[in-house]
Amino acid sequence: MITQLTATEINTALRAKKVSVKEVTEAFLKRIENFDEEYGAYLALCPERALAEAEAAQAKIDAGDSGPLVGVPIAHKDNISTQGVETTCASKILQGYVPPYDATVVENCREAGMVLLGKTNLDEFAMGTSGENSALRLTRNPWDTDRVPGGSSAGSAAAVSAELACLATGSDTGGSIRMPASLTGLVGFKPTYGRVSRYGLVAFGSSLDQIGPFAKTVEDCSLFAEAMSGYDRKDSTSLQGSKISSADLKTGSLKGKKIALPRELFTDAIDPGVRESVEIAIDVLTREGVDFHEITLPSINYGVTTYYIIAPAEASSNLAKFDGVRFGSRVESTGHVEGFAATRGKLFGPEVKLRIMVGTYALSAGYYDAYYHRAQQVRGLMAAEFEQAFQEYDCILSPASPVTAFKIGEMVDDPMKLKLLDLCTIPANMGGFPSLSLPSSLAGDLPVGILLTGPVMGDEKLLQTAYNIDRALGRDYRRPPIL
Amino acid sequence: MSISLDEVRHVAHLARLELDEIELASFQTKLNALLGHFEDIAGVDVSGVQPKPHAVSLVNILADDVVIEGLEREQALLNSAETKAGLFIVPTIIEE
Repeated sequence: MITQLTATEINTALRAKKVSVKEVTEAFLKRIENFDEEYGAYLALCPERALAEAEAAQAKIDAGDSGPLVGVPIAHKDNISTQGVETTCASKILQGYVPPYDATVVENCREAGMVLLGKTNLDEFAMGTSGENSALRLTRNPWDTDRVPGGSSAGSAAAVSAELACLATGSDTGGSIRMPASLTGLVGFKPTYGRVSRYGLVAFGSSLDQIGPFAKTVEDCSLFAEAMSGYDRKDSTSLQGSKISSADLKTGSLKGKKIALPRELFTDAIDPGVRESVEIAIDVLTREGVDFHEITLPSINYGVTTYYIIAPAEASSNLAKFDGVRFGSRVESTGHVEGFAATRGKLFGPEVKLRIMVGTYALSAGYYDAYYHRAQQVRGLMAAEFEQAFQEYDCILSPASPVTAFKIGEMVDDPMKLKLLDLCTIPANMGGFPSLSLPSSLAGDLPVGILLTGPVMGDEKLLQTAYNIDRALGRDYRRPPIL
Repeated sequence: MSISLDEVRHVAHLARLELDEIELASFQTKLNALLGHFEDIAGVDVSGVQPKPHAVSLVNILADDVVIEGLEREQALLNSAETKAGLFIVPTIIEE
């Protein structure tokens, strides 16, 4: 079936004229219609736009365009603005909001000939680790529908894993691409901060947010990252020379590669099954000639705390614009301030309100120095420790998540326990480092992700290492057994 | 460090969030749990460490001084709850 193929395979079939873009697009739309009820991956579909884009992509192919992703059906996370297609951030406060413009990443994907199928579910405003904080829909893990897909890019992970899209974008503020990729057996990549434009991404933690790809293979992941990346004048934090290249992806070797294993991410905080899977991979890679070194990065232990000060502080400021005036819904009330407060109090979900409260408190007079300022200093320490390690090692390897996919509802009563699961992924956002989750062997019946993190602008090298590791592990893409 | 119910109410006001008594009490519990964890970084030696406000440091990125098309007024107003004569209508600030 065409929906099972990788992006590269679909593109090859299209260029060989074995199938048309319209047929591929319709196959995915049909599959979504038949099966998304079960997985809850999508919040909105745009079949008309998809068919129009399919026609444009077909014209490119007929004209001999050899772009590697032309005609490939994709989905965008629903915190990424899409002109004419409702963009809700899975929040009641933005229900009915139809952006009058496309995010740069949406434009870039269209220009590369990809076909947009629809918008995927997320933890409300991308705030969550499990995917359970959506105010609009519950997304299930295709590996076991009683379990969470991981968050916050829950719908994007579920869509690609359940073959309801070939590729999908996510956004990653503290692990929101890599955590769900790990829990659903996909490749998930957070590029270096500034390599993919954030223009049109609804901001959560502006100094941490980065858009990136979900894919079934490292090759698809790299090509997708390449297509979405590049300098953008509309994003003041966009990096010059930021286009990611896949040209050298399949070159290089693991022999003599120096990879660091931070002791702080191989403790009892990591489930034994996850540790075992990562250790098996380390054994295989050692035999391939990788030179592993155990190191210590003590600031990792302060990552979650630091993150849960900085991200809510930025969020409390970013989310101030949702007041029912320029966009979104409005709750009528008696006065001016009361009107804003009623709209925000009624229409934001509990986790969003909690983070706004935390951020407001951390930034308020008398607490700013003890919390926000200090957290930024710890962030500085953390980035410096990692940068120091990158002087000596090609990259850092650890589990991507301390656990495999857990049961829906299992952790809702212990929000701090849930937040602690971001332990492995947070440092990359603190330092702007590129970081990728790659599937290793299963723990029981569930996927485990290996996390690779490299230095700023080292995206190509990191992807190349991931490609070679994937080959060395001899692992073909594994579909969820339920399919 | 613990936060009182009155402080929670004050923060909610600063954040423009209308919360009922049940929510206020629930946020007090959750905030206190989180603030307990915040103490983790109180003992970290950060003397002489510059705060890092951003992921990647950039200096003065300036755009070319050229005119580019922006949103049309109609498009910008399209998603507003209430508009009048090409303007956003905000809730009443001053009573008549």
